[in-house]
Amino acid sequence: MQTGPESNLALQRLRKFNSDAVEEVQAFRGETTINIRANHLRAVCEFLRDEPDLSFKYLSDVTALDHYPGEPRFETVYHLLSFETNERLRLKVRIAGENPRVDSMVPVWPAANAFEREVFDLFGIQFQGHPDLRRILMPEDWEGHPLRKDYPVQGNITRWP
Amino acid sequence: MAVTLEKIPGQEEKVILSMGPQHPSTHGVLRLVLELDGETVVRAIYDIGYLHTGFEKSFEDKTYSQGITLTDRMDYLASLSNNLAFCLATEKLLDLEIPPRAQWIRVLLTELTRIGSHLVWLGTHAIDIGAMTVFLYCFREREDLMHIFEMVSGQRMMTSFFRIGGLALEPPIGWLKAVEKVLKKFPQRIDEYEGLLTKNPIWMGRTQGVGVISKEDAIAYGLSGPSLRGSGVDWDVRKKQPYSSYDKFEFNVPVRTQGDVFARYMVRVEEMRESLKIVRQAMEGLPEGPIKADAPHIVMPDRESMKTSIESLIYHFKIVTEGFHPPIGEVYQSIESPRGELGIYMVSNGSPKPWRCHVRAPSFANLQALPKMIEGRLIADVVACIGSIDVILGEIDR
Repeated sequence: MQTGPESNLALQRLRKFNSDAVEEVQAFRGETTINIRANHLRAVCEFLRDEPDLSFKYLSDVTALDHYPGEPRFETVYHLLSFETNERLRLKVRIAGENPRVDSMVPVWPAANAFEREVFDLFGIQFQGHPDLRRILMPEDWEGHPLRKDYPVQGNITRWP
Repeated sequence: MAVTLEKIPGQEEKVILSMGPQHPSTHGVLRLVLELDGETVVRAIYDIGYLHTGFEKSFEDKTYSQGITLTDRMDYLASLSNNLAFCLATEKLLDLEIPPRAQWIRVLLTELTRIGSHLVWLGTHAIDIGAMTVFLYCFREREDLMHIFEMVSGQRMMTSFFRIGGLALEPPIGWLKAVEKVLKKFPQRIDEYEGLLTKNPIWMGRTQGVGVISKEDAIAYGLSGPSLRGSGVDWDVRKKQPYSSYDKFEFNVPVRTQGDVFARYMVRVEEMRESLKIVRQAMEGLPEGPIKADAPHIVMPDRESMKTSIESLIYHFKIVTEGFHPPIGEVYQSIESPRGELGIYMVSNGSPKPWRCHVRAPSFANLQALPKMIEGRLIADVVACIGSIDVILGEIDR
């Protein structure tokens, strides 16, 4: 069943809450994606979590996309889930490629902690306000961020002297 | 991976213990750094990444069909669940209709996978706490399931049996007899495990009231699967957001409210019984019909038709050399894997390879709650808690 994105309750409520925060809306295969302006992210997330008829209390997933060589280069992606309404929602935030940074969502959902560390590790996006932003999967002294599109799949070839 | 705990100034000297990555009860290569005050854990930090092989990067360099083989290797105890999640995500992207017979067989096999995975969990969890017999029993029964997987796909663990658009092969004649045999003897076996553990005073002493996590914390820390249901949240993706025709099966979702190790144990044991119910229904109601979707540009043709029909030969050549082109878009498909919500976030830019494929591994999120469970408790409870959240490092590190 394909319905227009504007019929989404969360989107309607969000527009009423702060119409400036919504940058773009897409719907594909019954899933709604809302692009949020980076400076409103924290307020939007708290609104979505605390509003009783939305109550997106569960953060399923945080990840990122790299649009290299496009600009704005990065997008962080948040998958929210509400147990009460049985709804899923995807939020996205566009981030510039130069010194990428975005607010951390750990104060809103503690579950974001490890996911944001993973994004930091593999994409090199800084999360402001994260309590413990260290690499999580790659070694601490690793150079580069493997999931960036300009990072070669084969890795860097080691030349023996 | 130099994870260290800084000394808090003004505090008396504490012992820092590095547990793992080579430790029998850390289920793979999980490393915990524990700050101990006597035998009590004051702080705990986990250190992962020892198995990181860059699956998400590799997905971007493989066609959709090739990607399935990677998913086996993430959660290696439930490879069919991973196959299913990846196939469902791709099928959602393609908007592909799967024939009922394929869906039923998928449900049947993933539920057997769940039982197999829970058996490994139960065995290792029990041996961690000191009950050796259960371990041997569980692995004995798991062997029967492995035989079924081998019969069906030719592989015990790395099955890659579910393909985009259906199944790889029609299962062999007589495979349902093997399933029937398992169904017949399994309920007594579960009774046997429960007889050894559930009312056992040592088991109860080691698990009840240990590693308690409240409902609010479980949701906030992103727990899923049996660990979430052990804390009193009635949430199961199979029930609430059914996929692969799970809505046509009748089963209960076991929920416990205590939130301790024992509750998680009970949830999983009851889940095994519910899985048996689903397997029974799937077997008895197994529809006849094709096992692959009618989409020649996506699904590989039969070997026979390739020898007789030029179209099949062309499609085969196209699929193998180039792959297929899904529409531009992004989907998130989650399934209930034995460990919790396994999500695949797939982004397509129209090329035959996923532009981005992210795996939301349930263990990765579940592990975040571990420090919360063990801080302030005895070091002996750490082992019980690790076992109770059932982490698989293969899918955590990916």
